[in-house]
Amino acid sequence: MPRLVIVDVDKCVGCMSCMFACSRRFGEGGLAKSAIHVSSIGGVERGFKVVVCRACENPPCAAVCPTNALVRREGGGVVLNPSKCVGCGNCARACPIGAVQWDYESMKPIICVHCGYCVNYCPYGVLSLSR
Amino acid sequence: MSEPIPRKVLYIDLSSKRYWVEDRLDLFEEYLGGTGVATKLLEEELPRNVDPLGPENVIVFAVGPFNALYPTASKTVAMFKSPHTGNLGESHAGGRSAVAIRLAGYGAIVIKGASDLPVWVSVHGDKVYFRDARAIWGMTSSHTVGRILREVEPGSGVRTIMRIGRAGERMISYANVITETYRHFGRLGLGAVFGSKKLKALVVSGKGSVRVVDRKAYREVYDKIFKLIVDSPLMKKYHEIGTPINVRVLNALGALPSLNLQKASIDSADAISGEYIATNYLGRRVSCAHCPVACIHLAVVREPYEEEPYFYKTTFIGYDYEPIYALGSMLGAGEARDVLRLIDLVDSYGLDAMTTGVVLAWATEALSRGIISEKDLAGVKLRWGDYNAYMKAVQYIVEQPTELYRDLARGALYAARKWGGEDFALSFGGNEMAGYHTGPAAYANFAFGARHSHLDSAGYDLDQETIGRTPEPGELVRRLYEEESWRQVLTSLVVCLFARKVYKPEVVSEALKPLGIEMSVDDLYSLGRKIYREKYRLKLREGFRPEDVSFPRRIFETPTPHGLLSPEYMEKVKLEYVRLIREVTGEGASGHHDG
Ligand code: SF4
Ligand code: SF4
Ligand code: SF4
Repeated sequence: MPRLVIVDVDKCVGCMSCMFACSRRFGEGGLAKSAIHVSSIGGVERGFKVVVCRACENPPCAAVCPTNALVRREGGGVVLNPSKCVGCGNCARACPIGAVQWDYESMKPIICVHCGYCVNYCPYGVLSLSR
Repeated sequence: MSEPIPRKVLYIDLSSKRYWVEDRLDLFEEYLGGTGVATKLLEEELPRNVDPLGPENVIVFAVGPFNALYPTASKTVAMFKSPHTGNLGESHAGGRSAVAIRLAGYGAIVIKGASDLPVWVSVHGDKVYFRDARAIWGMTSSHTVGRILREVEPGSGVRTIMRIGRAGERMISYANVITETYRHFGRLGLGAVFGSKKLKALVVSGKGSVRVVDRKAYREVYDKIFKLIVDSPLMKKYHEIGTPINVRVLNALGALPSLNLQKASIDSADAISGEYIATNYLGRRVSCAHCPVACIHLAVVREPYEEEPYFYKTTFIGYDYEPIYALGSMLGAGEARDVLRLIDLVDSYGLDAMTTGVVLAWATEALSRGIISEKDLAGVKLRWGDYNAYMKAVQYIVEQPTELYRDLARGALYAARKWGGEDFALSFGGNEMAGYHTGPAAYANFAFGARHSHLDSAGYDLDQETIGRTPEPGELVRRLYEEESWRQVLTSLVVCLFARKVYKPEVVSEALKPLGIEMSVDDLYSLGRKIYREKYRLKLREGFRPEDVSFPRRIFETPTPHGLLSPEYMEKVKLEYVRLIREVTGEGASGHHDG
């Protein structure tokens, strides 16, 4: 199974095109559904960090889920079953790199599905889908 | 989740520390957003003929239906009464401001009243906090203020931090508001209005979603626009060298204002050019939120500390064409490093770079002609190319140790009216010129543009297109009006004007459909004319008289690519503009404005 990887974070210009793309998967604008997060490292002059799910083989987020709403995905990472999720937020706290984003509208985690949609909108080759 | 058409307006009253939200779908349906809606909100809220630095002045920030939905729709429009010209103030900036305001759920934010103690205001979604800013008031550098607020405020990555520097606190009439460190609500003194309200900063964060009516069509139009932007020459032009590509171009044309426009080219142009800076100083490019272009260029300047060996201070300095013109060629710069250091200082005080450069250029010439003395300048001997002197003078404009500096803090025209030298004060309706000595259209644009911005009717573009075949005055004014009224639509959506060639009328019409807005190309054009009309009505209401506009003599003394401009020709242009404005607004010279 493919997974999303960062090729060269130093090329990132902070345009957020990837974040908007991820939200647009559901046909809506804005950023509420974005599983990828870009922010400056203390001021844009120092560059950006691009936080995405690493597709861990043994994901800590799944380990702390009280309802088994997160199940391990083939090839790493997890798949969210929203009907089981109670919105406790354990997974977001357990991810050491902060890759579990939070949807404040549905009060549930946003989990990267490694679809690679965002890759098509990064003009600077920061992202890629590795197979 | 926000609706496809913005509708919520957040009102903040700094006097009572209250805030409330009103549903103003009526305004957004009629005027889209941005410039259109801001004009109407200001007209509603601003009492007639108030002091721009009094508590009655009002600040409006507005975004539009394309923000957070389409790429390169990255701008926020600010409107207020300008302390610099005494008339309508309008200034646009990008950074993260537009996306943050819209995704916090708002179409516009209206700020009224004045605080008694320094405050900063944070808007996080539907919560608004008034925070004590006494500890950060008076800080030397606006950059430090940005750093502190980044640490203490939430919303990293999805927020805007608009702030003023010392210049704004001291109400210098051309103080700006800085956002995300390298973007500015640059012109016409919004920073001074912040300062007069004791408002140090406005932080807005939001990460909501925006609903569209037709999801499939939305994604299709999005892809089309995204591709147009990424494949367009604009991408290359603005990304690689950025706006400073103009330095060489205009210099070769003989249209680069230099040495207070005593010349229109400069020998050192190569050493302050975009190509040169990109090769020698460029450190990083960054982008406004939701714009793939990344036109923001940051230079790296490394300076050794004198006392300590191998110890350097490394500074990132944002640069663009306009600051290079105003603080570079206008002041006789020899090499880019000096210009970059001056840009950084001007930025850290929060002064508008364009106005500051023109003011310093006026003062340099005034000193050489004996109109002002070194004593008036508190011992600073201004000389073309002497950047230590310019650094000192900028500091004094903020600190104001003498009467002259107090006057310079109000602009070139204000100082010239008092001390003499109006002929070479490069000011139009009280606002200092932009960097284009391209011909008659540029000057008509500076003088009669609804916001005095070169970007709104693009006179410099028209001039460059028509070299060798200068249009008749009537034709010139008609074309400027057409362009400017169309751009009112773009700045209501609000897209960055750098993407204007992508957002053609047909594309805009198509992109509005998935939001449930049906507007034909003709509808869009007539909306543009309507916004122009409403804006000019507001200007007339506030006392603008097109009949009183005059041009500084200097523009007739230095040849342009259209040859020497003739005062008679420009007088005809003025008469055409007067007629147009009176006709469009339906208000005669003695008309509607009551005193
Ligand atoms: S969300 Fe975090 S912990 Fe879970 S798989 Fe992704 S990176 Fe690993
Ligand atoms: S790979 Fe898919 S789910 Fe993951 S961040 Fe990119 S668009 Fe979002
Ligand atoms: S699209 Fe690419 S350059 Fe833009 S923010 Fe995302 S990773 Fe960075």
